[in-house]
Parts: sequence; C-alpha cells; structure tokens
Amino acid sequence: MARRRKGIPEINAASMADIAFMLLIFFLVTTTMSVDRGITRKLPPPVPPNSEAPKVKERNVLSVLVNKDNQVAVNGDLTTLDALTERVKEFIVNPNDDPNLSEHEYIKDLLEKEKAKPKPDMNKIQLYEEILEKIGNVYKSKGVVSLQTDRSTKYEKYIQVQDAIVKAFNELRDDLSKQIYGKPFDKLKEDQQKLIREIYPISISEAEPRRVMTK
Amino acid sequence: MAVIGKKKERSTPAISTASLPDIIFILLFFFMVSTTIKEVDYKVIIRLPEATQIKKLENKSLVSYIYIGPPQKALQEKYGTKPVIQLNDQIAGLDDIPRFVEQERAQRPQADVPKMTFSLKVDKETDMGIVTDVKQELRKVQALKINYSARKPYKK
Repeated sequence: MARRRKGIPEINAASMADIAFMLLIFFLVTTTMSVDRGITRKLPPPVPPNSEAPKVKERNVLSVLVNKDNQVAVNGDLTTLDALTERVKEFIVNPNDDPNLSEHEYIKDLLEKEKAKPKPDMNKIQLYEEILEKIGNVYKSKGVVSLQTDRSTKYEKYIQVQDAIVKAFNELRDDLSKQIYGKPFDKLKEDQQKLIREIYPISISEAEPRRVMTK
Repeated sequence: MAVIGKKKERSTPAISTASLPDIIFILLFFFMVSTTIKEVDYKVIIRLPEATQIKKLENKSLVSYIYIGPPQKALQEKYGTKPVIQLNDQIAGLDDIPRFVEQERAQRPQADVPKMTFSLKVDKETDMGIVTDVKQELRKVQALKINYSARKPYKK
C-alpha cells in the first residue's frame, strides 16, 4: 500500500472537457456545413479566329432562346420550362423519324464508320461493340440543343433553362437504364453508365450571347 | 456518528463527469469530419439560384471558385451596386481572370491540372452579360470544366 501512494499522482482530467469545448467551438465558427452542388458543364474550346463554325443541318439544331424579359422560346415559339423539357426529349428521341426533328445514327453504322477511318479510335470501337453486345443496335441522336441568351437575361432564368434541358437528358438516360438494367441511372456501375452516356450525351451548345429579338 | 453516516449515503451521489470530455471529443470529431473550412470571406452578396438536376462537386481540392454578385453593403460606396467579380479575397476585373487561372493551376500538381473545375458562384439577380464575359475569358485560357453552383429548391 505504501508503495502505491508514492507513484505519480493522477492528472486531473477535469479541464479536459473545457479544452475540448474550446476546440469544438473553434471548429463550429470557422467551418461551414454547405456541400457544393451545381450543374457541371464543359465549355467549347476557343475557336481560332479565321475558322468557320462547323456546319450542322438545321433539323439537328434545337434553338432555345432566352430574351431580356426572361421569356423562353424554342425554335421561335414561346414555351414554359416544363414544355421545354418535353420538347427537348421529343427532339432527341424522335420516335417516328420526323424530318423536322433530329437525325438518327445507328450504333452499327457508327462502328462501321469508325473502322473505315484512316486512324480509327480504338476506344470508340470498343465502346460501340460493347453497346451492340449489351444494349443492341440502338440509335443515337445527332441533335444539338443550342442555348442562347441576351446579355441582360437574369442568371436565375438561365440556370432554370439549363436545368430544364439537363432534366430532359437525365430522364432519357433514366428511361433507358431502367429498360436495360432495371435500375435508375444513378445506381448503375461506372462502366454501365458509360454506355448510356454514349447513347445520350448531353449535347448543349452555348453560343455567345447576342441581342435576342423580342416580339 | 453512525446516524450522520447513514444520512450521507441516502442523498443522491454526484454525477460523474469523467465521460464528459469523451462526449465532447466525439462531437468535435463529428464537426471536423462533416464540415469544411470556409474558402474565403465574401466580398459580394451571393444568393444561389435553385436547380433540381444538380450534382455534388467531387474532389474539392481540384475546385477553384469565381464569385460574381453585387458588392456587400459596406463596399458599395467603393464599388457601386452593379455585380462585380471576386477572385480569392479581392474584387477583381475581367482581365485578372487569366492570371488567377494560372495561379490556381500552379498550386496543383501537373497531372491534376486537366481535371480542375472552376465553380461559378453567381448571384441569381446578375445579368448574363458579365457571366458570359467570364466564360469567354475562361475559354481563352483553356479552363473548360466549369460548374454553375446552385442549391436544391426548398420543398413546399
């Protein structure tokens, strides 16, 4: 017993809580909880000054205009955001091969074309073959959604329009993914997502702004 | 003596506070893990727009931020009320963007540069003109991956 009493006295841990509290409060004050979310986009690379814009057939372009009064027009007629989503879906899928909507390109044809090139892209060939094997000879749209805004369009409206267009693509991907794999697109594995992404790429062209005519 | 001893035993014993530090530490770790340190002090007012099709930004270390919005109240005398651009801690002009992009790239390992994302945090009342100008500047310096910051709409 006597020996034990001679040992090092226990450190008082009562202030430990205070120290921890101080640290806790420090972290509470200096940090934020917010998670960054947003719509990710890829900008087109800069165009060399003397080159012409690549020619796209008129039927393959769905032009979305937002004017300075924040009105949305698709190919010339005013629409709402919900209607815009539907228009984009219809434009891309084009189930009846309407000559006014986007053109189809079958994966098989794309594969042949890629193989016939002088320098075929092996990654693409592999991707197309995988699609043929797992999903079948589906078609891909040649369509591009062109989004143009006026300089005085409100940013909020712009984001809403972007959102509506992306929603159309996401819904198409989801539909296909449910049909093939029985799961929504988000739940798929990375390599499965890649195939579906190839069939429905988000093709939005953000042209430079100009004065959009108001009626 | 025996009577006094008995009385003491009957009164409620003090609650042991020995586990208090542990509890606080758990809280501390929770906050350390789930939160992030504030990027910068906002010099501009930013009310993010709402969108439904938004995705989480992954790999925060590869994200740089560009803020656009009207200056805070205290700075309005100096900068006016029109939307301005904020890079890092300062209000900047359009021509500062290429330098800013270079700086941000230099801070990251060479291999990660193509994966960098520029997140645009823009106030929803801003006109598209300034946003487009910023986008054009980014295009010129080949910073093509961008992200429009937005938040989930409140459920009604």
